[in-house]
Amino acid sequence: MTEKQLATASAADLAAEPGKRVTINKSGIRWGEALIKSWLGLCAFISIVTTAAIVFLLLSETLKFFESVSPAEFFLGTTWTPLFEPSSFGVLPLVWGTMVVTVGAAIIAIPTGLASAIYLSEYASDRVRRIIKPVLELLAGIPTVVYGYFALTFVTPSLRNIFTDIQVFNALSAAIVVGIMILPMVATLSDNALRAVPVSLRQGAYALGATSYEVTTRVVVPAGLSGVMASFLLAISRAIGETMAVTLAAGQTPNMSLSMFESIQTMTAYIVQVSLGDTPSGGIAYQTLFAVATLLFAITLVINIVSQLILNRFREVYD
Amino acid sequence: MSFSSEQESIYLARRHRKAKLFALFCAAITWSGVLLLGILLYQVSIDGFRWLDWQFIDSFPSRFPERAGIKSALVGTVWLICLVALISIPVGVSTALYLEEFAGKGRLAKIIEVNIANLAGVPSIVYGILGLAIFVRYLSLERSLISGALTMSLLILPVIIIASREAIKTVPQSIRYAAYSLGATKWQTTWAHVLPASFPGIMTGVILALSRAIGETAPLIMIGALTFVAFLPEGPMDSFTALPIQIYNWVSRPQEEFHELAAAGIIILLAVLLIMNATAIFIRNKTERRLK
Repeated sequence: MTEKQLATASAADLAAEPGKRVTINKSGIRWGEALIKSWLGLCAFISIVTTAAIVFLLLSETLKFFESVSPAEFFLGTTWTPLFEPSSFGVLPLVWGTMVVTVGAAIIAIPTGLASAIYLSEYASDRVRRIIKPVLELLAGIPTVVYGYFALTFVTPSLRNIFTDIQVFNALSAAIVVGIMILPMVATLSDNALRAVPVSLRQGAYALGATSYEVTTRVVVPAGLSGVMASFLLAISRAIGETMAVTLAAGQTPNMSLSMFESIQTMTAYIVQVSLGDTPSGGIAYQTLFAVATLLFAITLVINIVSQLILNRFREVYD
Repeated sequence: MSFSSEQESIYLARRHRKAKLFALFCAAITWSGVLLLGILLYQVSIDGFRWLDWQFIDSFPSRFPERAGIKSALVGTVWLICLVALISIPVGVSTALYLEEFAGKGRLAKIIEVNIANLAGVPSIVYGILGLAIFVRYLSLERSLISGALTMSLLILPVIIIASREAIKTVPQSIRYAAYSLGATKWQTTWAHVLPASFPGIMTGVILALSRAIGETAPLIMIGALTFVAFLPEGPMDSFTALPIQIYNWVSRPQEEFHELAAAGIIILLAVLLIMNATAIFIRNKTERRLK
């Protein structure tokens, strides 16, 4: 019986006995309840307002930006020097910097994260799981500025010992720490996805004589693939939006170099650079903030939506 | 397909060897992740430990490393977290209650739900820009604690809402029916039964969300939290600095001593986070026993 049916049933019972003295609110509206309900609804509405505010703000300032800079220059230009003369507003170097760090981080985090997830869900004993899961959660909760510190004081010096021609600020160091940073996310989310695969599927495969490797790679991972893919995408979107570690490790030199040994600048690092200076309100420098942020927002939003679609569309439902 | 029995056993042995190697490989990868955390913590503690004393905690930032401390940053962080908690907990929990208990399964509820899931994935620096444009500039709250707290609240609201909803979902339907059958209204049921039953789960989510707010740096830099503050904020309208900002400031300086100061700051920051996380885990373990 649903809640509504219960409520009407009791009201009907009362109405059936007119002799009894029962106070019933004639209008049927409880004002206190209604007030509370609208307060709760108002709170829920804040999230919509937030989204609307983000979208409206980003778009309106970006449109103002496009009044002075043509979209063609912004999206296709290959030099990014908005803060000094001669100014140039090609965003590609920032996108390139973000891509280099993200791809590097993904190359590190995706295979290792998946391997950890497989270990946790297929091989580890319950006792080991109870140790490693909280450690991974702890690793995921470390603030990104700490990873920036780790990059500058540990990763970069180590890299400079191996490769002599690497710059103090370089894309490789940033990619490594961002990879370490998103690894726990890939591992825990993929682990959840793999554990959702029913044991009966594994047992079926084992019964046919498959080894644990075959069961894992041909049954479990394909069955949990939607969740695993979603975890990859969420981690990548996090790497794209990551700010402090890349600002500290990769430096502030927008360029489109193929070498990971050189300093680059990501979209997020540019935003930090501008806001650390004294940005005048309304100037072109202020507007570039919004143009870059809009691009960043759009990219991460698309990735997040795709990951949700993958989760919803391709989920294998087992009963 | 026909194998001689010898060929077959070689083939089988190879398959099993492959399986064993694979298991070993996965285990090695996982444990090196744990090892990495160990290295990170070790590195930070040997770098920062010698600066860690009462003088460090009780001093303002300074150009001279030996006189520098994190008093203003620590006080700023405490202020910030209290304000963020005051703003985000009522709003977040109310939203979760609305979605779980009141909204039903209509289209509006669905829109809000999808919207919150997307908000959770927005990069923190975009929230920083939102805060800069709306709270700092448009509402002229300047670079104050309240601007920072409002920005951070927006940032962690999705986390609080999602965690609270999960907690509310675990409350058995029978508890609600019992309350209704005694004549309780919807809100009475929610307030007196659903909320207390889900309270520990909500608290766990809230603490984890707040610990995220403690560590976030980028949005605070965006709204212009200062990096050199030699006074303590006395009210929500004062300007401020916070632990991660101070750490960022020290890390980005070239001198070795400041890096060590940053390490000392990181130890304090991680200690605060560890205490909060431990509290969350403690609450979680406690509740798993209670409801059953």
